[in-house]
Amino acid sequence: MIRLNNVVASYKTERGVVNAVDGVSLEIPDGCIVGIAGESGCGKSTLMKVIYGDIGFPLALASGSVDYGFSDDSGKPVTSRNIQKEWFKRISYVPQSSMSSLNPVIRIRKQFLDFQDQTGNKAQILEQVKSYVKKLGLPEESIDSYPHQLSGGMRQRIMIAMATFFQPEIILADEPTTALDVVVQKSILLLLMDLQEQMGNTIILVSHDMGVHYQVTDKMLIMYAAKAVEYGDSEEIFQRPLHPYTRLLINSLPTIGDDRAREGIPGRPPSLWNKLQGCRFADRCPLATDRCRNEEPEFVEYRPGHFAACHYADSEANLSEVS
Amino acid sequence: MATILKTENLNKVYRLGSFTSNRQVQALNNINLNIESDQPVIISVVGESGSGKTTLAKTLLRLVEPTSGHATVYDQLVAGKGVKVGKTQFLATVQPIFQNPFEAFSRYRQVDSYLFETATRVAGHSKDAANAALETALSAVGLEYKDVHGKYPNQFSGGELQRVSIARALIPQPKLIVADEPVSMIDASRRMIIINLFLKLKQEAKRSFLYITHDLATAYYISDYIAVMNKGTVVEFGDARTVMSNPQHDYTKLLLDSIPTTKKKWDRKPVIAPDVAGELVRGGPGTPAKK
Ligand SMILES: Nc1ncnc2c1ncn2[C@@H]1O[C@H](COP(=O)(O)OP(=O)(O)O)[C@@H](O)[C@H]1O
Ligand SMILES: Nc1ncnc2c1ncn2[C@@H]1O[C@H](COP(=O)(O)OP(=O)(O)O)[C@@H](O)[C@H]1O
Ligand SMILES: [Mg+2]
Ligand SMILES: [Mg+2]
Repeated sequence: MIRLNNVVASYKTERGVVNAVDGVSLEIPDGCIVGIAGESGCGKSTLMKVIYGDIGFPLALASGSVDYGFSDDSGKPVTSRNIQKEWFKRISYVPQSSMSSLNPVIRIRKQFLDFQDQTGNKAQILEQVKSYVKKLGLPEESIDSYPHQLSGGMRQRIMIAMATFFQPEIILADEPTTALDVVVQKSILLLLMDLQEQMGNTIILVSHDMGVHYQVTDKMLIMYAAKAVEYGDSEEIFQRPLHPYTRLLINSLPTIGDDRAREGIPGRPPSLWNKLQGCRFADRCPLATDRCRNEEPEFVEYRPGHFAACHYADSEANLSEVS
Repeated sequence: MATILKTENLNKVYRLGSFTSNRQVQALNNINLNIESDQPVIISVVGESGSGKTTLAKTLLRLVEPTSGHATVYDQLVAGKGVKVGKTQFLATVQPIFQNPFEAFSRYRQVDSYLFETATRVAGHSKDAANAALETALSAVGLEYKDVHGKYPNQFSGGELQRVSIARALIPQPKLIVADEPVSMIDASRRMIIINLFLKLKQEAKRSFLYITHDLATAYYISDYIAVMNKGTVVEFGDARTVMSNPQHDYTKLLLDSIPTTKKKWDRKPVIAPDVAGELVRGGPGTPAKK
């Protein structure tokens, strides 16, 4: 189980310090795919960096901690302070826009061999890499290529091959398919789902596409303006969301075959630079009252395993059907 | 009835490389579309990247010369041999909206200066008339002059700035607006604001749209007609609802089947051999010490 304990993560900028993740607490059970959703700028990538332990200037873990539920070789529990030693082997990360994070002037095979510290026999590993890459639907020769010789979909498969090669317990994937066409996107997501099923590990997947979450994830976290606003089983969230923001996110998507009018969510999230009080979504929320504008809602477990931060999460007005 | 959009054997071949190596890309391969109507329409062009959508848009916008064939917009021949329409008249016929509004406006210029320039230079308005045209165009996209006055692009969100670029496209009163991936840079939660705006502009301002996208769900939502492109060819074309509910071409079926909807889960056939993961790592050099 991965446990986030009141994580506050901030960036130091010329204007001052801004909290891009502002008090997120969460328990992620082992062996599932967890999605993180929310509009751009809400803190999804920052939270991923924190979970990966990739924290360095200008990003800092201002307070809180992450526990990973396993121990290192010396028997010490792994936390955000020492997770870095487990990179690649027990936790791996496919960063956002990873398609361009392969080194363009080095052949894929060398990057494969270099991306972890080498212990074993190079030739033997190379053989394994080849057979692995082939099984993920790539030609063996692709590892002898330079990145620019591969299509976007192939590069992303290489990234996923690298991230899964050592069967880490935790795989973080930040928008792994956002830049890809739907056909390629589907094949990559199905590949990830298959790998997860076989390895039984945990995948945390960021996407702003609710359709991707519906197809792929077991559990979901919805973020809004640096806060966690809803967390629970994906099925439940799609059927009976507790937070009005989640409901609006789901309802803002058109569906083929459904001719009902769809509305986007007007307005935009508050600037994190402003002094924020009350519920951060209040300005855009159809249910907002004075209470929402003044009193910050706590993140509460309204149903077993289903959390939300909304004063009216369980009220009648909010429980109308998702269409 | 007006011929809103007609392409006749439209071809575009890009030639790459030098004298020694010349590779060719057939970006448009004999495109034949014909839409006639008394009412404004929204025509979607969908397909994966590289299928030729942008090349089609650029041909209609006269940013790319077709290799052969013709294109007609609202009874005006706009592309191909024998085009006579003058610049002013052309700009009052077709206007573009591009994918990234932040690239359409210089970051060093206030956006209202662009609108004003379009009104005076392109639409040929006097100063007073320009201001009025600006107000009208902005109000059509749900903005007021004070929302844009003196502001630079970075003071807008992507969605707001895209609305400003739509307002700019409206100023010359074009009959057809060619929108190339206009919402792909905008958060999913705010795409519908732009999409609904296109619908409203069709109904109230009587503008037609060529909506280019790889997002089939929004295409379904707003289109009257849809053209599905693959590798430079239009593989299926027709009434949007008919095409989407009863696709005939395998490629259209594949595209529809790949959409991550929130209504029905994908059929899952295993995509990798069942033993890959285990076989590979067991005893391997990187085997993690599981505890
Ligand atoms: N390197 C950085 N320096 C300063 N601010 C940053 C940096 N990276 C991200 N931010 C800010 O942190 C917030 C959250 O960003 P991010 O985690 O990337 O959001 P998301 O992935 O949900 O789009 C945003 O307001 C963003 O502007
Ligand atoms: N200026 C150009 N020079 C050479 N090839 C081009 C040029 N523009 C586009 N192409 C090629 O033409 C094909 C169609 O591209 P494009 O019209 O941009 O497709 P889409 O918009 O559907 O992604 C692609 O193979 C692309 O690489
Ligand atoms: Mg991000
Ligand atoms: Mg394009």
